[in-house]
Amino acid sequence: MRFIINEHSIEADVDVRTSLLDLLRDHLGLTGTKKGCNQGACGACTVLVDGERINSCLALAVQYQDREILTIEGLGTIGDLHPLQAAFIEYDGFQCGYCTPGQICSAVAMIGEIRRGLPSALTEDLALEQIGFSEDEIRERMSGNLCRCGAYNGIIEAIRATYAEESAQEREAAA
Amino acid sequence: MSILDSAKQAMMGAIVRLTPDAPPDPLIGRHGAVGSQLSRIDGPLKVAGKARFAAEVPYDDLLFAAVLFSRVARGRITSLDTSGAKAAPGVALVMTYQNAPRMGAPKIMGESPMAGGPSNLPVMQDDRIHWNGQPVAVVLAETQEQADYAKSLIRIAYEVEPAITSFEAAKAHAHPPESVLGEPPALETGDAEAALAEAAFRVDNLYRTPRHNHNAIELHAVTVVWDDGSLTIHDASQMVHQTAWTIADMFGIGEDKVRVISPFVGGGFGGKCMWYHQVLAAAASKLAERPVRLVLSREGVFRSVGGRTCTEQRVALGAKADGTLAALIHTGVVAMTTHNSCPEQFSFPARHLYAADAIKLAQEVADMDMLANTFMRAPGESVGTFALESAIDELAIAMNIDPIELRRRCEPEKDPTSGAEFSSRHIIEAYRRGGERFGWHRRNPVPRSTRDGEWLIGHGVATATYPYYRMPGAGARITLSADGHALVQIATHEMGMGTATVQVQHAADRLGLPIHQVSFEYGDTTLPMGTIAGGSNQTASVVAAVRAASDALFDELLRLAGNSSPLAGLKADELEARDGGLVSMQDPTRAENYAAILKRAGRDELAIEASAPPPIEVQKYSMHSYGAQFCEVRVNETTGETRVSRFVGSFDTGRILNPKTAASQFRGGIIMGLGLALTEETMFDERTGRIMNPSLAEYHVPVHLDVPHIEVIWNDIPDPHSPLGLHGIGEIGITGVGAAVANAIFNATGKRIRELPITLDKLL
Ligand code: FES
Ligand code: FES
Repeated sequence: MRFIINEHSIEADVDVRTSLLDLLRDHLGLTGTKKGCNQGACGACTVLVDGERINSCLALAVQYQDREILTIEGLGTIGDLHPLQAAFIEYDGFQCGYCTPGQICSAVAMIGEIRRGLPSALTEDLALEQIGFSEDEIRERMSGNLCRCGAYNGIIEAIRATYAEESAQEREAAA
Repeated sequence: MSILDSAKQAMMGAIVRLTPDAPPDPLIGRHGAVGSQLSRIDGPLKVAGKARFAAEVPYDDLLFAAVLFSRVARGRITSLDTSGAKAAPGVALVMTYQNAPRMGAPKIMGESPMAGGPSNLPVMQDDRIHWNGQPVAVVLAETQEQADYAKSLIRIAYEVEPAITSFEAAKAHAHPPESVLGEPPALETGDAEAALAEAAFRVDNLYRTPRHNHNAIELHAVTVVWDDGSLTIHDASQMVHQTAWTIADMFGIGEDKVRVISPFVGGGFGGKCMWYHQVLAAAASKLAERPVRLVLSREGVFRSVGGRTCTEQRVALGAKADGTLAALIHTGVVAMTTHNSCPEQFSFPARHLYAADAIKLAQEVADMDMLANTFMRAPGESVGTFALESAIDELAIAMNIDPIELRRRCEPEKDPTSGAEFSSRHIIEAYRRGGERFGWHRRNPVPRSTRDGEWLIGHGVATATYPYYRMPGAGARITLSADGHALVQIATHEMGMGTATVQVQHAADRLGLPIHQVSFEYGDTTLPMGTIAGGSNQTASVVAAVRAASDALFDELLRLAGNSSPLAGLKADELEARDGGLVSMQDPTRAENYAAILKRAGRDELAIEASAPPPIEVQKYSMHSYGAQFCEVRVNETTGETRVSRFVGSFDTGRILNPKTAASQFRGGIIMGLGLALTEETMFDERTGRIMNPSLAEYHVPVHLDVPHIEVIWNDIPDPHSPLGLHGIGEIGITGVGAAVANAIFNATGKRIRELPITLDKLL
């Protein structure tokens, strides 16, 4: 089977029962993606496929051949962190750090959803082209990513600080 | 406790009280790295996905494990058919009691300082079943998929025996435990029942709290390997040395033959101590002669790693007309097993919080056939404060006075049960500051008087409290290099509390070095033994050990410095560590840096190991942390749904070492408290003894949208009797939250709910 992971083409010969999560963790050594339940209930295993977030524990690897898979390792590295990764450190958006890669990947895709105008259960005006970055809007959209350490406040601050700033810069550039 | 033991303890107490105080830690008043908002030093690793957890350690030739659990609560295995599983593709072996290596039963935690077993049941040694969910077989295969599939082919038959799986039935035979964490299970001063009967105001009610599971997001996992009779366990552990010792003891090998390594723990909360999976993985790996990775499924965690037990508590308060207490009664019973010892010390808060003329406290346990229960964040205090602090609120309402004012009137001068002086107690100040921040004076005390459309709004408050502990026996090693770098080593634990970060801050100040010149190693049994991560004791214990090692280091440096040093003739207590060296406190021109001392002595490095002095302070003083938890809820009148809209936690926990990581710890505790208050319950089928909701989809921990911005503030008043003036803060955050929420719900709706969690149905 052939996979495109973090812009690299990778060949792997695995059991068809293997989940995308186990492919990453047990077969490819990409252990940044975490397993918290293996049942789609915690979000620790979130990765991006063609820019959209999925729970990789609920995905069979065999179905994701030739798709663009992005994991935490592809988002940034210790020497070259993605701005959101840096913001998680600055705003203390984690304690044990186990849910963190999933939170970060989920947030990156979630911002894309907001920008594309996809409403959430809390979006009041479905006709709006630009959905706001209110705290509750982000909370609702991030509620599939559990954090038992309870770093929720820091996570929301990190996301808002990163993207509120970016949005402001974009608006400035446009104007 | 025997009479002799009690007499010995009383004598010890008297001796300790006469012992003079140790001089306060000289760093208490100093501002340096301690107190700064240093970001977590393991942050880059964690956000980049590069922190390697126990299930992520690679080995060639690794086998993957799957564990099968019993479906009956009590009985014995009558037949075992593993032939299908053994013949399945990729399977290396199937382990059951019939072929497992012979091992002794684990020694229970608390039995000795090194024992860490969750219960004293043998692990897969016979056909006996003791709880519904007991591991009965382990499959090892080349891949996880193969192991999981093969597990499904195992056929087991049981002979079922009658089991006690109903709390009601078990309560009929409740009895006092031998001790409650070394304290007597029952205490009585005066005749509390009589005082209650005569009191001008009375409340007397039962409160119930359910079972809980820690549910750290990281699943319990180990990667183990045997090499020439020595066992290495890559574990997620909050007690590396005790795990190693207990497993070595079970296998009958030397303690030095087992190494436990645990650099990162994906959340612990009391749940990542020693359980069965480490033993099963080690045993199976021994049989297979290959390295093994065992990751419990989420269901497997519920089945084989214990949680917090359920409680039923009576709190009765009798007040005099002036609002002081005539009687305080807190009694109750919790479920436990005959093979463990963890009586959920719910009566502890009442031992220290309020002055009362007569006090009666008693704890009992009811033996059930279930998985051994265990410690979970603030065991005892979390659920004990729910009952006690709900009752205080009920009394305030009965007396028509403000609940904070009632607490002020009941404030004791000395510890109400031990009579000891408080080392540091500023609870009223925490209430004052918290109340100001929350806007308590704007609260309408009349229930059901504030609304916003269909949402009823209410405000509640409760006291948080948790003891200060420092465990004896922690040692640390400091290695100073000629380039002026210091390495501090101690086998302690980082589960997200910020241990690695604040200990670097501490060592930097202790040694007078900049932060980047200090590194800290922990989580490995090859290092000096530290302390378990439990009872919020770790920071105090580690600081005391590192201080002891640095004192010894300074003595040795002075010796090495010799007569040609500017320090010649000075004694260690005349010096302070500053700017990478030692400086005379009297005459700062007399100074020499570490590099120069080592160079002149011809040394590349200097390594010193020392142990902390015994924790005399806890025997001499009543040492506790306090807090005031303020909560605003919105309860939907139509659906009964409760949303927490505001929360302020105001804490009195000695000195705060790192405001950034401390705020997160307080918040984390409060959020777990919101779960305890509103959503969390491990559902136990009283017919079969089986846990019914073993998944994160059905056990509801708080999610993003359940959690508002939580404000945390603290007094930051150092405790003069603790290392650095600090108190551990890992557990206090969860205490009082259940009652603060329940009290707010009462204020919103006029409904008093005395049974957790406060789900919608209870409010309709
Ligand atoms: S591991 Fe995939 S959602 Fe929990
Ligand atoms: S940081 Fe520990 S679970 Fe989120």
